Amino acid sequence: MEWIYPEFEVIRDRDRCIACRVCERQCANEVHRYDPETKKMTADESKCVSCHRCVALCPTRALKIVKSGHTFRENANWSRQSMEEIYRQAGSGGVLLSSMGNPKEYPVYWDKLLLNASQVTNPPIDPLREPMETKTFLGKKPTRVRRDEQGRIVPGLPPQLELSTPILFSAMSYGSISYNAHQSLAQAASELGIFYNTGEGGLHRDFYQYGANTIVQVASGRFGVHKDYLNAGAAIEIKMGQGAKPGIGGHLPGAKITGDVSRTRMIPAGTDAISPAPHHDIYSIEDLRQLVYSLKEATNYQKPVIVKIAAVHNVAAIASGIARSGADVIAIDGFRGGTGAAPTRIRDNVGIPIELALAAVDQRLREEGIRNEVSLLVGGSIRSSADLLKAILLGADGAYIGTAALLALGCHLCRSCHSGRCNWGIATQRPDLVKRLNPEVGAKRLVNLVTAWTHELKEMMGGMGINSIEAARGNRLMLRGVGLTDAELRVLGVKHAGE
Amino acid sequence: MKRVYVREEWCLGCHLCEYNCAFSNSGQDDMVKALKDKDIRPRIHVEDRADGVHFAVSCRHCGDALCLKSCIAGAISKRDGVVCIDRDKCVGCYTCVLVCPYGALRPSGDGPMEKCQLCLDSAAGEPACVRGCPNRAIVFEEKEGA
Amino acid sequence: MGYVIIGNSAAAIGCVEGIRRVDKEGEITLIASEKHHTYSRPLISYLLEGKTDLERMKYRPDSFYRDMGVDARLGVTVTALCPRERKVVCENGEEIPYDKLLVATGSAPFVPEIPGLERVEGKFTFLSLADAQALEAALTPESRVFILGAGLIGLKCAEGIAGRVKSVEIADLAPQILPSILDERAARRVQNHLERQGLRFHLGDTAARFEKGRAFLKSGGTVDFDILVVAVGVRPNVSLVKDAGGQAARGIVTDDTGLTTLPDVYAAGDCCESVDLTTGERRVLALLPNAYLQGECAGKNMAGLPARFDQAVAMNAMGLFGLHLITAGSCRGEALVQEDGGAYKAFFVEDGLLKGYILVGDCLENAGVYTALIRERTPLSTVDFGLLRERPQFLAFSREKRREMFA
Repeated sequence: MEWIYPEFEVIRDRDRCIACRVCERQCANEVHRYDPETKKMTADESKCVSCHRCVALCPTRALKIVKSGHTFRENANWSRQSMEEIYRQAGSGGVLLSSMGNPKEYPVYWDKLLLNASQVTNPPIDPLREPMETKTFLGKKPTRVRRDEQGRIVPGLPPQLELSTPILFSAMSYGSISYNAHQSLAQAASELGIFYNTGEGGLHRDFYQYGANTIVQVASGRFGVHKDYLNAGAAIEIKMGQGAKPGIGGHLPGAKITGDVSRTRMIPAGTDAISPAPHHDIYSIEDLRQLVYSLKEATNYQKPVIVKIAAVHNVAAIASGIARSGADVIAIDGFRGGTGAAPTRIRDNVGIPIELALAAVDQRLREEGIRNEVSLLVGGSIRSSADLLKAILLGADGAYIGTAALLALGCHLCRSCHSGRCNWGIATQRPDLVKRLNPEVGAKRLVNLVTAWTHELKEMMGGMGINSIEAARGNRLMLRGVGLTDAELRVLGVKHAGE
Repeated sequence: MKRVYVREEWCLGCHLCEYNCAFSNSGQDDMVKALKDKDIRPRIHVEDRADGVHFAVSCRHCGDALCLKSCIAGAISKRDGVVCIDRDKCVGCYTCVLVCPYGALRPSGDGPMEKCQLCLDSAAGEPACVRGCPNRAIVFEEKEGA
Repeated sequence: MGYVIIGNSAAAIGCVEGIRRVDKEGEITLIASEKHHTYSRPLISYLLEGKTDLERMKYRPDSFYRDMGVDARLGVTVTALCPRERKVVCENGEEIPYDKLLVATGSAPFVPEIPGLERVEGKFTFLSLADAQALEAALTPESRVFILGAGLIGLKCAEGIAGRVKSVEIADLAPQILPSILDERAARRVQNHLERQGLRFHLGDTAARFEKGRAFLKSGGTVDFDILVVAVGVRPNVSLVKDAGGQAARGIVTDDTGLTTLPDVYAAGDCCESVDLTTGERRVLALLPNAYLQGECAGKNMAGLPARFDQAVAMNAMGLFGLHLITAGSCRGEALVQEDGGAYKAFFVEDGLLKGYILVGDCLENAGVYTALIRERTPLSTVDFGLLRERPQFLAFSREKRREMFA
């Protein structure tokens, strides 16, 4: 009854395998084993999560992981996954857990939006020959210039975050990801002139040196929050919700709360870190405003405050409230957003696509004349520079990338973060696994990724005759939809292709 | 001169360097053909301890190479700073093994000793152990005063 | 600066290379009584065995003297050293002045006085290429060979010729073979191996007198032979320095820069003494690595770069009929012995320091790690010596030490 056929098969080309055992040494799930008698490698596929660590390191390319061909009688309604989840729950009686973002077949609107390019009348710009500005400032923008009696400009620009390119690394807590992953993100952000986000796990003392490129998060569990922490970063983010699991708080299993993680979170080692679903002091926009101003007070009004919410049904109204709460930036996290662990049903069924949420929020804030009161950040599966540019054209000031950053660090989206045995040294606290991510390598790869995206961004912007992010933001005329319904086009505020 | 340095804190004990080394020095152009069903004789060696300590050791190409000075056959010499051994001249007497503090010289299995020669004859710019290390635990660098 | 070097083996070559590290210009004159291009003396047994040849046993490439700017006078014997006039006199009467002189005259085989020995035909020593070539010329597949001396030279000679003659018998006054480097158990092990190869030993015994083709042993036995090799030891060639008024005991006396008691006269190699690091005693360490290092050190000092050679350690690596052994240091202090079918290991520990070791058989890998412990006088309390005794490995060192070595 309990037996569920393995999801993957390890295909080993016996002609190519030289039994070097690197697969065995590198698999924390203990799939591979060397048999000294036969001098051959064997595999226990039931443990395989298809993380591809062995595939990537096999020096003779003798390995591949394929989906097991094992099948139930075909059924368009009852998929293999649905059935196996029932077997699992019937055995365990527990909530199913998953990791990373919603993998289900919902529409990806980025893929139904197309970019414009200039022809004849408004020439494109060649970014290699002409200046192209990707620098972006996040924060409240004054609506007019104020001068004193002598005609001098009155300073008093609210605090801003300066980004060399409109990309930030998403909130991922120390604990959910490793020390080395954090260091990679911090180093890369620092080198790139952008920001990374601590997530809700506090900030390790070693990383205070990257403060100028750090956004510190305050979430419902308040883990690791203290005055030094708030002042360590360049901005503070209040996390109200997360795209992967709207409506519930974070949950980091006690097994990951080891030495430094426990110290950084300021909670005992080995205890589960459970963030409440709500902030217990926030039940209204007015309450939120109190927290926003408490944080501003604590940091002497020097740092912008970001409020992050999950993209949910009435996101536009919520964003409008946040804009009025005194927040400097609103971050919206779409339903594809990743996580180190979430109940499967919530991850896969709650929230809305970021494209629609962004368009709705930008539209609403413009209509209410308060769009300049806040900057807009989006996250929740920005997969490429094209997604990024489309987000900007839909009205975003910048985008958080989380999953893409993890992929750059080696993640192969096996979605087993919750097991704590990440073979790539990212979502784990096991020292032998953490070691696998050398921040020198990790940071370099992140820098490469963001640099490449920035190049592409400039190229695409240049193609449409736009030479700054400023000019691209909210420029929906540069977008056309394909294969979208009228309702979708209306929400997105874009015309159909050909129109 | 550029030398191979190992950074213990990043070594995963995957032993890929040993296989890449053996392949690089095999004279073959296919790793499978070179190493399948063979006992490899790499010129870099990884030591492992159960508590997760791993590191690789290979020839340091010492400025004052004791092996070179001690070789009774005059078979060891320097080529642009790289300590090289002439297989033709080596008589396999083990004197170099006796004097090298780094365990860099080992018998080849057919008489002469062999050692890391930084893939001088086979690689493009970088020793195979360095190129193949997945975690930059082995680097090929110029260091001051070395 | 005019440098003169007497000798053409490891110490002399070390000296040339030492000088040239410092002084690329000074004139170097190298004088040697042997006419050959520098060759490796320890390889003469390999030559007889066919494992090397005259070309490959050259100690340095043909272009060495030219590359190093050395005026090599080969086949010239120096007969006198005049320290006051700062010159040497050659047998042809030529006088060669020097600013700095290295005496690297090596050693000569010691031939003991045994009744009848002087009349033995087919009598050889085994130290130089000429010795080896003379011996080779006399070998036939029917030769019965008798070797006096079961030390390094005698046994290597035996190995070199065993395959080319009918029989080899070896006598040594000591009760074991290789008495200067092996303990009794290791010696027994090696001896068993050699006996399996067909060698016959007469230990604790020696020839009392000779008659034509026959040796009468002290024990009463006799050995019939066609060829006799005398390999009971060597004597440092000290006369040049001694006759000039320099101090010499068993070997020429130098300080740790290589300077003799004569001004600007240095000495290195088998002709002189070193201070054994493990005992603090002065002794002749007639070993190639030692000779090179002494010569190099002297060369640097001759060229004006202060250098000291104070790490003289007795050490030997040798293979005998496929069985390899490595020894270093001295057998002082507590002996820690491990033995199994394939390997024999003995470590000698005194005052918390490794003083010496003997490895025989299948346990030689990375032995230099042990040698370094001796040479650097590493306190064993700072390493995991238990682990090291299993096999030489760097896990036995601290992380810091490893970083120093490899990072």
